[in-house]
Amino acid sequence: MIAGHLPVLLVVLPLMAAPVCVLLRRPAWAWTVAALASWGAFVAAIGLLLQVLDGGPISYPIGGWAAPWGIEYRLDMAGAFVAVIVSAIGAIVVPYARASIEREVAADRIYLFYCMYLLCLAGLLGITATGDAFNLFVFLEIASLSSYVMIALAQDRRALTAAYRYLIMGTIGATFYLIGVGLMYMMTGTLNMADLALRLPAVAETRTILAALAFLTVGICLKLALFPLHLWLPNAYTYAPSAVSAFLAATATKVAVYVLIRVYFTIFANVDVFETMFLREVLMALAVLAMLSASAIAVFQTNIKRMLAYSSLAQIGYMVLGINFATLTGLTGGIIHLFNHALMKGALFMAVGCVVFRLQAANLDTIEGLGRRMPATMAAFVVGGLSLIGVPLTVGFVSKWTLVLAAIELNMWSIVVAIVGSSLLAIAYVWRVVEISFFKPTPEGAPAIAEAPLSMLIPTWLLAGACLWFGIDASTTLSVARASAAFLLGGAP
Amino acid sequence: MSHIVVLRVVAKLLIPVILLFALYVQFHGDFGPGGGFQAGVIFGSGFILYALIFGTAVARRAVPAGLTRITLAAGVLLYGGVGVAGIVLGGNYLDYSVLADDALTGQHLGITLIEFGVGLTVASAMITIFYVFAGQDRGPESPEQ
Repeated sequence: MIAGHLPVLLVVLPLMAAPVCVLLRRPAWAWTVAALASWGAFVAAIGLLLQVLDGGPISYPIGGWAAPWGIEYRLDMAGAFVAVIVSAIGAIVVPYARASIEREVAADRIYLFYCMYLLCLAGLLGITATGDAFNLFVFLEIASLSSYVMIALAQDRRALTAAYRYLIMGTIGATFYLIGVGLMYMMTGTLNMADLALRLPAVAETRTILAALAFLTVGICLKLALFPLHLWLPNAYTYAPSAVSAFLAATATKVAVYVLIRVYFTIFANVDVFETMFLREVLMALAVLAMLSASAIAVFQTNIKRMLAYSSLAQIGYMVLGINFATLTGLTGGIIHLFNHALMKGALFMAVGCVVFRLQAANLDTIEGLGRRMPATMAAFVVGGLSLIGVPLTVGFVSKWTLVLAAIELNMWSIVVAIVGSSLLAIAYVWRVVEISFFKPTPEGAPAIAEAPLSMLIPTWLLAGACLWFGIDASTTLSVARASAAFLLGGAP
Repeated sequence: MSHIVVLRVVAKLLIPVILLFALYVQFHGDFGPGGGFQAGVIFGSGFILYALIFGTAVARRAVPAGLTRITLAAGVLLYGGVGVAGIVLGGNYLDYSVLADDALTGQHLGITLIEFGVGLTVASAMITIFYVFAGQDRGPESPEQ
């Protein structure tokens, strides 16, 4: 009985656990509820992926109202794949958050953190599960509003302005998305994605739909922080509590990338979007600019969290690039990088969170000689950093190789150069951290610190280990990503 | 503002009517215009009027912040719980038809409960937001934080 209801349980479990946290109030109890709900959601997501692998896309009409009139939850391979990575990160961050959040969030607000965390998880998972363009907006708002709160919960006052800026930019993004959906509804009278895909070609040339496409693109690009719409991201990730940075960096922008894929390859499946309004050229130029400029800026950062935030912006460029190729290999590269980048950025931000846990700050000048004082933490950072560069045997290599192959298939040698150039810049900024922490002597009078607690180290190493595991044996993730891409490119579902 | 007689008298006359109207909008929602969200806003604003005229200290005695936190969560749980009840009784999530013996009664029951959950949460959220803003000068130690 449960198996048939998994698409909705995936969302309802964290959604209903959130108010329970408010009722229980005690930090330990709220944590327990969050842990149970997030691991439950992870199990549900795995179950869904297995179902989709077994029998194709799943459709679930909410309230028994059949699509396209009712709200339909629809999971295909891409949706289930993203749901798995989001819920996996969600499940791994909760054990990590226990010690980290206790240190970084005021004690009487901890239960609110877990409430917001679960709501954010519910929103992100809802986006992957829904087959309704308006319902997607609702989940986008649930996820975004709760992430503003989570960022603002940090004790650093600068987190408030960072959260506020994110709120303004994020709200503009969501509003643009909603305007786009409204315009499409005006022309087609439907909100169901599959139904939209069937009805859009007839009106694709109208100015209304062109405006809708423009609003959707700009709105979603604000959410996924594509250069130059990224201004909210660096501060938000820098000043948020470490567990929040790890969770959001690994999931929120990834889900926004997923929304972009949904819009281009499901809603506009039967329209050649990339040929309208120079979309291909514009997106490609912005993606390459993001890859190069954000990596270059990252080299000059002294705050490691901020450095990683800029590196995230560059990685988003890779994903958008892959989507933009709109070929099987390209889209596979975009989707696999979405998955792989969640693993590596999760591991990196968690490792930095461990450093913050012991040192209160993660700046280049405070981590001198840290490789000897916190070897396990810094080793996890190195693994994540190598993935970021794209060294063979790590996940980064798999996704960059796929993207390079896609560019070669299209004879875009300049793009290949850009990918390699951005990776060289990644070597520069990752190396600075490695050099200072491993090869500089511990300064005189540095506080004696222990390794981070195991409750934080084990989740960090789970993700770092996954970076290696899926880098050495990428056949599972690659085949799922390829099947997702093939399905998305196959036209209307 | 409790020393202005006109305000006090008018508010005392109006507040019961506002709350009653909120309940009308709430329970009329499944037949006509209205529903939980609007009702919650009306109910919340009636209460905020009371707090504005008679002071937040009195209002906090009537409805403590701890209570609004509980009702805030309870409304969401009621909404979600009705959905889960649909699954338990053999339908899809939020399928009201299976809630009672015949589908029509079930639909009525479902929408009434759902809208009550929405109203409860919206009213509590309005009051909580008001308390938080009104309690700003009480410093970071205030219980609302």
